[in-house]
Amino acid sequence: MILGKVIGQIVATQKEPSHEGKIILLVQPLTIHEQPVGDPIVALDSVGAGVGDRVLAIQEGFSAMTAVGHTESPIDAAVIGVVDLVELA
Amino acid sequence: MYLGKVVGNVVCSIQDEALRGIRLMLVERVHGGGVVVALDAVGSGPGEMVYVCRGKEASFAFKGREVPTEATIVAIVDDVQRVGEFS
Repeated sequence: MILGKVIGQIVATQKEPSHEGKIILLVQPLTIHEQPVGDPIVALDSVGAGVGDRVLAIQEGFSAMTAVGHTESPIDAAVIGVVDLVELA
Repeated sequence: MYLGKVVGNVVCSIQDEALRGIRLMLVERVHGGGVVVALDAVGSGPGEMVYVCRGKEASFAFKGREVPTEATIVAIVDDVQRVGEFS
């Protein structure tokens, strides 16, 4: 799983049926020090996250599909948490 | 999944039987660059922004068929509402 920041919301009228009614987010992966790292990903929301939120995202298909509630669907990433705090030891 | 732009398509006269009737699109990634060949599940066309599902889940876009794909276009993007310091 990765930490990320929601930097956008995607509007798509024509899409795969399993993505209908879902919020589609553009997530910038972050380091633990909140610096952007790597390229933004597209993830379906399963927790009610919004633009500007720090989130926990998963990039494994089965888990992403399960979180969103659509198994056997073309979903490879999902936002599964809104991060309140990252504590570094 | 990742954002991309359809920049063309590929035609194969000899191909896996399961690919028959499915369009092969060339998609340039919006972030990071690079072009991939992706199957089209939503009727996308050149110039359109799309997002692409990667990995084995990509074949779930073709329900009931075992289609060999690692990248499938699963939506046509109308708009990206971007806010935030990294946008």
